[in-house]
Amino acid sequence: MVSIKATCDGSLSSINFQIAAITFAEKWKKFNSDLPEWLWIDCSNRLGFAAHGVRDGYLSVQNVFFQIQRSLKEDYGECSSLNDYEEPFDIATLTTGDDGYWYDFHVVYSSSYSVPVLYFRARSSDGQPLNKDEIEKNLPTGSAKVLTDSKWTFITQEEHPYLNRPWYMLHPCGTSEWMKLILAGENPAIENRNEQYLISWFSVVGQVFGLKLPFEMLKSVG
Amino acid sequence: MERGEKEAQQYVWDGAIPLQIHLHDSEVTTLPPPSPALILAPRIGYLPLLSPQLKPFFSEALPPGVDTIWFEYKGLPLKWYIPTGVLFDLLCAGPERPWNLTVHFRGYPGNILLPCDGEDSVKWSYINSLKEAAYVIHGSSKNVMNMSHPDQVELWRSVMNGNLETYNRISSKLKLGIIGDEFSGKPNPSPSKGQHSVDETEATAAVKASRIPVRLYLWAINEDFNDLEEAPHFDSWDQISYINRPVEFNTEGKYFTLLDAVKSILPEFYPDSSNRTNAESTDEQRIEPEKERHPVVKLLRIQGIEPKMEIPFSWVVNNLMNPDYFLHICLYIKAPKTIGA
Repeated sequence: MVSIKATCDGSLSSINFQIAAITFAEKWKKFNSDLPEWLWIDCSNRLGFAAHGVRDGYLSVQNVFFQIQRSLKEDYGECSSLNDYEEPFDIATLTTGDDGYWYDFHVVYSSSYSVPVLYFRARSSDGQPLNKDEIEKNLPTGSAKVLTDSKWTFITQEEHPYLNRPWYMLHPCGTSEWMKLILAGENPAIENRNEQYLISWFSVVGQVFGLKLPFEMLKSVG
Repeated sequence: MERGEKEAQQYVWDGAIPLQIHLHDSEVTTLPPPSPALILAPRIGYLPLLSPQLKPFFSEALPPGVDTIWFEYKGLPLKWYIPTGVLFDLLCAGPERPWNLTVHFRGYPGNILLPCDGEDSVKWSYINSLKEAAYVIHGSSKNVMNMSHPDQVELWRSVMNGNLETYNRISSKLKLGIIGDEFSGKPNPSPSKGQHSVDETEATAAVKASRIPVRLYLWAINEDFNDLEEAPHFDSWDQISYINRPVEFNTEGKYFTLLDAVKSILPEFYPDSSNRTNAESTDEQRIEPEKERHPVVKLLRIQGIEPKMEIPFSWVVNNLMNPDYFLHICLYIKAPKTIGA
C-alpha cells in the first residue's frame, strides 16, 4: 500500500524507501555518468534465509574522490568572504590524486526514525581512515556549517546496521522535521512521491559534503 | 503501577551476572600473573562501567601506557553498548557461571568496536538509545532532549547504580508509558479465540496503535543441536543479525502475544505475520520437529528468562524492558528446510 499520507509528516515507509532507492540509483546513472554509481546492495538473505517477497538492503556508492584545493583554503580560511559556491572541496570526480580523500556513502533506512540515513567513511589516499575531526575540518564550509548549526543533524559514529563495523553517520533525529518543511506545499498526490522524497532528502544531506544532484534529476520529480 | 509489576521490575533491576575476569596474557608484566577478578555485573548495566572496580586488580600488572578498557569472550570482542545481561544471554547459551571474560587495557580493536572513552561514552550511548526509543514511541525525541541537565545526570546515575526508585521518578516525567497502562489493573481478558465481549472492545477502544522499541539479536542456526551447552560459540559478530525494528502494536481487543510480536518483526521468517490473529500462530508453533516447514524458535531469552511465547506482549514490554526503554530479545532460530515457493 502506498502510504501517501506518511510523507506529509516527513517520514518514509520501508517499502517506499526501497522503491525510491532503486529509481534514485537508475536516475543518478542516467544523468550523472561521470560519477561513481550508486548500487542497491541487496541484503534480503542476510539472516541466512529469506521468505519470498521480503526485501532488505541499502544504497551504496564507493570511492567518491574529493580533491582538496589547499591554496583556496589558505587564501580564504574561514572568513565570510568565501562564497557558498566557491567551496574548498571540488565536486567529486573519477580522477585520482594525492591531494584528496576517498569517501564511501551508504543510504540506509532507519525503522526507528522512519527515514533514510546517510552513513559514510573516509580515508586518505594512502588508505588511512579519517577520524571525525579530520572529516569535519574538510567539509565545505558554507552549507555544512548551516546544516549542523541549525541542529538538524550532526555527525556521529555508529555501528553500520548491516556491516557490523563503526561508520560515521548524519544523525536522523531531525530528518522528519526538515523533510516536512521541504515537502510542505508539494502536491501530496503526485505519482512519484517517494522518488521526490529521496531526491529532496539527498539534495539536503549531500550538501554537507558538497555532493550535488544533477539538475535534470531534480527536474524529473517536479 | 500494580504491586506485582513493581516486583517484577525490581527483580529485573536486581539481576546480575557473576563474572570471572582474566587479564589478557599479552598485557601481564608481573610474576605471578594477577588472579582473575570476581565481580557481579548488573544485567542492565554496561561492561566499561566496571572499569573502576577492575583497575585495582590489574593496574600493577599492566605495561606503561594509556589504558582503554575492552572485553572479549573466547576471542570475540564484546560490544560495550549492548547491556551486559543481553551479551550474556546471547553469547552464553548454556549459561556459564561464572562467565569467564578476558579484559584488555591495550590494543583497542577500533575497526570492530565503536570507540569508548569511559563513562561518558556509555552515558552518551544510553541517552542516544533513550532518544531513539522516545522517537519510536512518540514520533519525537523532544521530551528526552528537553530534560533538565540535573534530571539527565540523575537518570543516568540511577541506571549506573541500579536505583530503581530514582529511575522511575525521573523517567515517569518523560511520559514514555507505552502499553499496559490500559491493561494493568484490569484482569487479562481471557484469550477466547475470536470472541470479544462488548466491554472489552469498549475498554480497548481508547488504545491506538503503538510502536514499541525492540532490539532483536538473532542467530540463524544451520546445524541443529539438542543441548544448549553444545551450541557452538561465536567467532564473529557477523554470525549474529541485529534487528532494530519497532513492533507495531495494534490492540483493538486482540490478544497479542510475545510470539506475535517476534513474528511481526521478522518477515524474513514469517512473511504473513503482521496483524495475524493469535490462535493460528500459536498452534503452528507447537511444532513437530519432523515437519520443519516452519521456522523453529530454539531459544528466546529476555533478561535471562525464557518466557512462554503466549504471554501478552504488553506484559513482557512493561516488565522486561531495559532502562533505555528498549526490549532486548536474544533469539536462536532454525530456518525451515524448504524455502516457501
